[in-house]
Amino acid sequence: MAFAQFSLENAWLIPLLPFVAFLLIVSFFRNMEKTASTTAIISSVISFALALGVVAAVLQRPELIEEPLVYSMRWFSMPGLEVSMGVLIDSVTAMMLFVVTLVATMVMIYSTGYMKGDPGYSRFFAYLCLFAASMLGLVISTNLLQMFVFWELVGLCSYLLIGFYYFKDSAKEAAKKAFITTRIGDFGLLIGILLIQVNFGTLEFVELAEMMPAFALAHPFLVTLMGILVFVGPIGKSGQFPLHVWLPDAMEGPSPVSALIHAATMVVAGVYLVARAFTLFQFSPEAMMVIAYIGGFTALFAAAIAITQREMKRILAYSTVSQLGYMMLALGVGSLSASMFHLMTHAFFKALMFLAAGSALHAIHGRTDIFQMGGLYKKMPWTAGFMVIGLLAIAGIPPFAGFWSKDEIVLAAQLGGYTDLYYVAKITAFMTAFYMSRMVFVAFFGKENPENHPHESPINMLAPMGVLAFLAIFGGLVGAPWVEKGFSYWVRYGEYVPHQADLMTMASSVLIAGAGIALAWVIYGAKWIDASMLAEKASFLHKLSYNKFYIDEIYQWMNEKIVAGTSRVLYWIDLRVVDGAVDGSAKLTGWLGDKLRLSQTGQLQHYAMIFFAAVVLLVAIMGMMGAETAMALIGGGK
Amino acid sequence: MNYSLLSTEMLMAALGIGLLVLTILSPREKGHQGIGYAAVFGMVAILVATSFQYGINETTFREIWIVDDFAVFMKQLFLVSAIFVTLSSLDYVRSLPKYHGEFFVMIIFATLGMMVMASANDLITLFVGMELMTVTFFVLVSFLLGNGRSSEAGIKYLILGATSSAIMLYGMSLLYGLTGTTIIPELVDGLTWSPALAVAVIMILAGFGFKIAAIPFHMWSPDIYEGAPTPITAFLAVASKAAGFAVMIRLFIQGVPVTTGVDWIVIIAGLAAITMIVGNVIAIPQTNIKRMLAYSSIAQAGYLLVGMMAADVAGIKSILFYAMIYVFANIGAFAVAIVVGKHLNSDKISDYAGLGQRQPLLAIVMTVSLLSLAGIPPLAGFVGKLYLFAAIMDQGVLWPAFIGFVMSMISVYYYLNVCLYMWRDDPKDDQPIHVSGAIKLTVVVSMVVTLVLGVYPQPLAEMANIAAKALF
Repeated sequence: MAFAQFSLENAWLIPLLPFVAFLLIVSFFRNMEKTASTTAIISSVISFALALGVVAAVLQRPELIEEPLVYSMRWFSMPGLEVSMGVLIDSVTAMMLFVVTLVATMVMIYSTGYMKGDPGYSRFFAYLCLFAASMLGLVISTNLLQMFVFWELVGLCSYLLIGFYYFKDSAKEAAKKAFITTRIGDFGLLIGILLIQVNFGTLEFVELAEMMPAFALAHPFLVTLMGILVFVGPIGKSGQFPLHVWLPDAMEGPSPVSALIHAATMVVAGVYLVARAFTLFQFSPEAMMVIAYIGGFTALFAAAIAITQREMKRILAYSTVSQLGYMMLALGVGSLSASMFHLMTHAFFKALMFLAAGSALHAIHGRTDIFQMGGLYKKMPWTAGFMVIGLLAIAGIPPFAGFWSKDEIVLAAQLGGYTDLYYVAKITAFMTAFYMSRMVFVAFFGKENPENHPHESPINMLAPMGVLAFLAIFGGLVGAPWVEKGFSYWVRYGEYVPHQADLMTMASSVLIAGAGIALAWVIYGAKWIDASMLAEKASFLHKLSYNKFYIDEIYQWMNEKIVAGTSRVLYWIDLRVVDGAVDGSAKLTGWLGDKLRLSQTGQLQHYAMIFFAAVVLLVAIMGMMGAETAMALIGGGK
Repeated sequence: MNYSLLSTEMLMAALGIGLLVLTILSPREKGHQGIGYAAVFGMVAILVATSFQYGINETTFREIWIVDDFAVFMKQLFLVSAIFVTLSSLDYVRSLPKYHGEFFVMIIFATLGMMVMASANDLITLFVGMELMTVTFFVLVSFLLGNGRSSEAGIKYLILGATSSAIMLYGMSLLYGLTGTTIIPELVDGLTWSPALAVAVIMILAGFGFKIAAIPFHMWSPDIYEGAPTPITAFLAVASKAAGFAVMIRLFIQGVPVTTGVDWIVIIAGLAAITMIVGNVIAIPQTNIKRMLAYSSIAQAGYLLVGMMAADVAGIKSILFYAMIYVFANIGAFAVAIVVGKHLNSDKISDYAGLGQRQPLLAIVMTVSLLSLAGIPPLAGFVGKLYLFAAIMDQGVLWPAFIGFVMSMISVYYYLNVCLYMWRDDPKDDQPIHVSGAIKLTVVVSMVVTLVLGVYPQPLAEMANIAAKALF
């Protein structure tokens, strides 16, 4: 296994290759579309191969679970501050590297079909490469600062790609919204990082993990504060309530972007950050509880919104928010394994669903309302098939991937003693099955819309979906309860606790998922119950859900009344007081400069005179006051 | 006697004399570009040779000559500047009336003087090295024969330079009188506080202050910078200043440390403050790019003096780090000024209008260099200033850093002013500006170094740290 060893030792190549591809594309291949996409895909495939090597190496060395392999170089250092950059590899990293490179490769291949003929084709691949590089850099980070740098970089890429169609106002607005909303979270994260640096003197994950137990005993409150501040970052990035509002709007970006960034990888960066810094949270029950309940609430809340949405990608976006809530919930109740497992399976099936949605939308030229699609399966059997696979996976029908990972989370909630969250997870699972089936039944199996002339997508779009579909079906088996040393053996925190298959939970999960799908079939498939009548009967609830609980409107109101009001006051202060002072001091400085330059007369004798005068003056000053006074004057000394 | 410690200086002298002979033998005007290239290759070879001198830390000739990491670091700095100045003069010399080959030879001898200064462990050697450098500069400054401004600058530099040397020499003689030795590390043994010592220290500081152009000993620099041939201005601003710092650091850290009772840190503090403030403020109304860069380099000396104030390893390290990145930022800016000045026959800032359209490479390099001088992250200048100010703040003294921050902000104004002309305005004429390969190499290297050290300063910081530790 020389290759595995090589990959392990040279894991820094994994983010570097896409970055080189990015540089190549922007510098040389801007007008060479084929070369640009080929470069991007080649770099990504090699990265994927290396990631596989890393996974193989980690599987050979179980000691990496507890003792991550770290190699780093000094980035910069000052008294009291040493920052390095490097690579940290353990099983969680390996899993993430695998997922990110895999999905990135699939999405890039898919995009050669999806973006064909787009004037921004090369630019698109350049951004994708930059994103892949940043995301992979984030994954291998050894410390919080390095992670933060890449964290911001993926945010930038997300901004660039949401606003890819920058000539559309809605895309521009969505990009801004995404950037600003996540910045709010980043602000909290940055404060948290500073707090950690001040208290620990280091930001290295490994060192923090060693210092944390003793510190947590002494300062339980500080640890909770740090934990919650750091968690604010993931709230923004991973679309948790109340900062989830940007994610549905982010669907303005091209569909492959939604699949890669806003479903499979970037949005899970928040989950990953919490997992990376799990020690920090582990020692603060309060912070864990916050995470668990915010996650649980987000899962339920987003599902409730998704039920009534009409745009296909928006439904998927809310479902992503909901599933991210699931992952957070799992972390909060203390199960790193369950969360990471769901992260992985979710990446497979959600990327698949987004790509399938992109394929459908591509075929009918951007008609986004599912009620205007109808009957797509006849013309697009493959796409429809993939979408159904995704549906079964996310709904949690065995043996599809989502079943195993969701079950782990439900079990973890139960074992953690969070009965309320256990029911939240169950109810959310039911709703998920329902709204996802609703989308599939209406869009793919309803009555055909004669205005649509759909056609099946080309092979370069179907093949990547096929790969993801395969993983969506079988990818969950690595974590099936009867597998010895399965997923939860490799990706875990602390002692390995092998757990028994809980047949009751399994059975009830299947039942719930089945009921959700069946109910959707009754309403939207067979139409035994009229959906619009239901909406009228519960018009209040329907409106609430359809308008996303008016969160956007509340923010809008807050923005207009509170922020704008305050800013008017501040504007006045800025104009009169601050600007006055600034302009005044600028004028003063300019005036001073004009006067002082006159000292430069050009006369040699003046120059010599000033020189001598200065010497005499200095001697006089030194003579008049002793060294003590002089020292006091400059405020210190040795 | 360990003559090998002198090897790089001997090579340098041989290079200068050899090229001088070649210049005389070779046909006028024609072969002189070749002299320039030979000078560059020779100095690169010597630069490589110096890197083998790290870690020696030995003295010779009864301790008057020392080769330690500090000296080697400084020599490399001088050589790097000399190489880039020569590279950017290759085209420039054609506009000189005559003596093209001698121009390069003079640069070599000035560099030799600086190298002697870096290795001087004794006051006389120090003075001899400094005079070799200064006298060579008298010639170089007035090299534009027939140009009144250049001659005026040469005369002014000669008279004022001689004045400052005289004062400094007087100070040194006082030191000798007090201690009976000229060996720098031995000075400290015989020194206690006395009025004579204070006078000596102030006089020597005045001499060094002249070389580094610290206010109020700076009066010569704007006129000389403006009148001198532009490559020489760059050389003065970069290497001569660094050489002044080299001897100042060695003498004041090793020879007359504050423990002797004379508190030169107070004087340095005052000089630093006034240099930062006045240098930056007067730079604002300047309309000539060379004068602007002159005041900018005065202000930069103020920042460096802040590191001197700290007077510990961190402070000296930050000076060395900053001096090195300052070389690259300044060379980048001056190389652009050389090309533009030669092409337009003008050094007015307003004539930089539209450079971004006419010659984007030059405009980009100019922008990066100026922003680095202003200390904008992620460029090297930011890291350098961070080290300088952190060194003094670590000792609990905050006000120099505060002045530094405020003045850096002010400096952004006059630096960005140039950028504004380059990028906002339309060019006055569309004649393409020709950029030679040597200039391209110079500007690209300086820009890349400025960018790379901005994000990854560690290698240079470690080198500077090693060099600084050699003194303590």
